[in-house]
Amino acid sequence: MRSLPMATFLLRRLLGAIVTLLVLSVIVYGLFYLLPTDPARMICGPRCSPQDVAAVSRAYGLDQPIYVQYWHFLAAIVAGRDYSTGPSTVHCGAPCFGYSFETGQSVDSLLLSALPVTASLTLGGAVLWTTFGVGAGIASALRRGRLADKTLTGLVLASTALPPFVLALFLILLFCAYLQWLPFPNYVSIGDDPVQWAQSLILPWATLALLQAANYARLTRTSVLETLNEDHIRTARAYGLSERRIVARHALRGALTPLVSLLAVDVGPVLGGAVFTESVFGLPGLGKLLVGSVATVDLPVVGAVALLAGAFVILANVAADLLYVAIDPRASIR
Amino acid sequence: MSTTALTAAAEASQEPASAAPTGPRALWRTLRRDRAAMAGLVVVAALVLLALGAPLWTAIEGQNPYAYHDNLLNSALGGAPLGSFGGIGGAHWLGVEPQTGRDLFARIAYGAQVSLAVSIGATLLQVLLGVGVGLAAGLGGRFADALLGRAIDLAIAFPYLIFGIALLAVVPASFPRPVLLVVVMAVLGWGGTARISRAQTLSLRTRDYVAAARLGGSSTARIARREILPGLAAPVITYAALLLPANMVLEAGFSFLGIGVRPPTSSWGQILSTATTWYYADPTYVIVPCIVLFASVFGFVLLGEGVRKALDPRAANGSG
Repeated sequence: MRSLPMATFLLRRLLGAIVTLLVLSVIVYGLFYLLPTDPARMICGPRCSPQDVAAVSRAYGLDQPIYVQYWHFLAAIVAGRDYSTGPSTVHCGAPCFGYSFETGQSVDSLLLSALPVTASLTLGGAVLWTTFGVGAGIASALRRGRLADKTLTGLVLASTALPPFVLALFLILLFCAYLQWLPFPNYVSIGDDPVQWAQSLILPWATLALLQAANYARLTRTSVLETLNEDHIRTARAYGLSERRIVARHALRGALTPLVSLLAVDVGPVLGGAVFTESVFGLPGLGKLLVGSVATVDLPVVGAVALLAGAFVILANVAADLLYVAIDPRASIR
Repeated sequence: MSTTALTAAAEASQEPASAAPTGPRALWRTLRRDRAAMAGLVVVAALVLLALGAPLWTAIEGQNPYAYHDNLLNSALGGAPLGSFGGIGGAHWLGVEPQTGRDLFARIAYGAQVSLAVSIGATLLQVLLGVGVGLAAGLGGRFADALLGRAIDLAIAFPYLIFGIALLAVVPASFPRPVLLVVVMAVLGWGGTARISRAQTLSLRTRDYVAAARLGGSSTARIARREILPGLAAPVITYAALLLPANMVLEAGFSFLGIGVRPPTSSWGQILSTATTWYYADPTYVIVPCIVLFASVFGFVLLGEGVRKALDPRAANGSG
């Protein structure tokens, strides 16, 4: 009869995630309200008369009290919103994040065009660093000994000290300018040309992967070594199972839970790293969108990217909790 | 009389939370045997000297960080420095900046001031906020703990950098930038210290000597100050020692993205962001600031790791 506590556990986690998201949205919205500049004036542009500004303010509901505005902001994300500017009415579909102050484009369309780039970058990077990290971790665990441990610890320390943009600059300098093995990265979408897409992402992937891999290797090594000392492994050995089989079937399983939680914890920092990676390599992803909109104080875009990043982090944590239970039924249900 | 005696006895028998060496002198003895930590210390000391003595060093070099030198640039190459290796020589120790001809050594030395001041300031403020919240959560009763505990979780899960960028965008440019950076980094980065302080406070408050102090009539504020705070020192210092290099990277990062310190004030992140267009024509200009930033951060990381090992005996023998 463990389905009932399981269901309440899931429900509690989901509710918690929704509350956290709401708090996040209040913070993001609060940031805008604290800003001394007048959004209506920014939407309208520099040549607007006070009457025009007032009209824009009415159309966007900026003349209403803060809590009403916040409510509209939330409702627009859930159910869409109509903006009426005098005679015409513009409908903004379901997850509506409003319109850019700077270009007037819908924020949704900006996010939609940037999201695949950031997804290609971070997911591809994640595949790379988990493969290499876990592989190196297992290899060094099987070769027990202080040297592997020391090397890995050193590498982890070095990679925490390496800012992502320094690594990115260095990689470009080495592979594009000095060795000239790769052309200067110029992003091509996967739909246009998959080969050039991959080529344009090699160095960005390597940047993220090099920053993360050592950490994953050390974690894998520690947990594989721990599992190999447990009783059931000794039993398996006593039964004469091959070492390869023991590692593949049992030791890796023990390493999986900490790996999943590390991946969940890393979503925030990796999104941060993606901001720099994108801006050095000129990838038109969420990070570049964010930095570009910061320069022009384009608040709806800044807010939407921040909220989206927060949502990713929260969802990743919920997903990790679900995965724990799937990987290890013994995982405590809190 | 008996209660005072009890308190006195409790204070006398007050044992450190772990067998780790306590006090700066014992810490120093352990650190001195740690070769990596000593290497880190040397780098950190050099950096501090570079920053504090920036006016002196640049005077010896005979340069300043703001003067333009058009005569040192090759206009045919779009303003790359004349001479090899970015114009490195006796007059300009690390060469000059392309397009402006400003002295790179002077800009890096003055940039060190910004880097150190912002990262140290941010770390202190983060620790202050974190310890305050952690103490309040640990000693404030169930309701306060539940509320602050949630806040701590939220602060830790935040996509730190992205919210930092959003915050820096919102505050008007007239606000003094280094102060703003310190505040933004502290407001976003107190979660880790708070989590550690809360956990430690919760474990310390069940100790006998704290119970004795409570029986002796000490107020919560006095218990926090006299009984809990000393026990927080080791874990918080350990954490802060690793927080500082992270803050250094963050400051450089904000400046790299153009939302940190404003020109003409020099900052490493800013130098690196202008370097992104000079891979081919002036690679020295890319390499030198990269090395300086990496070496400084690595120095602090090595020192911090040494402090961690010295204060946490479990970390010293185990591998994780």
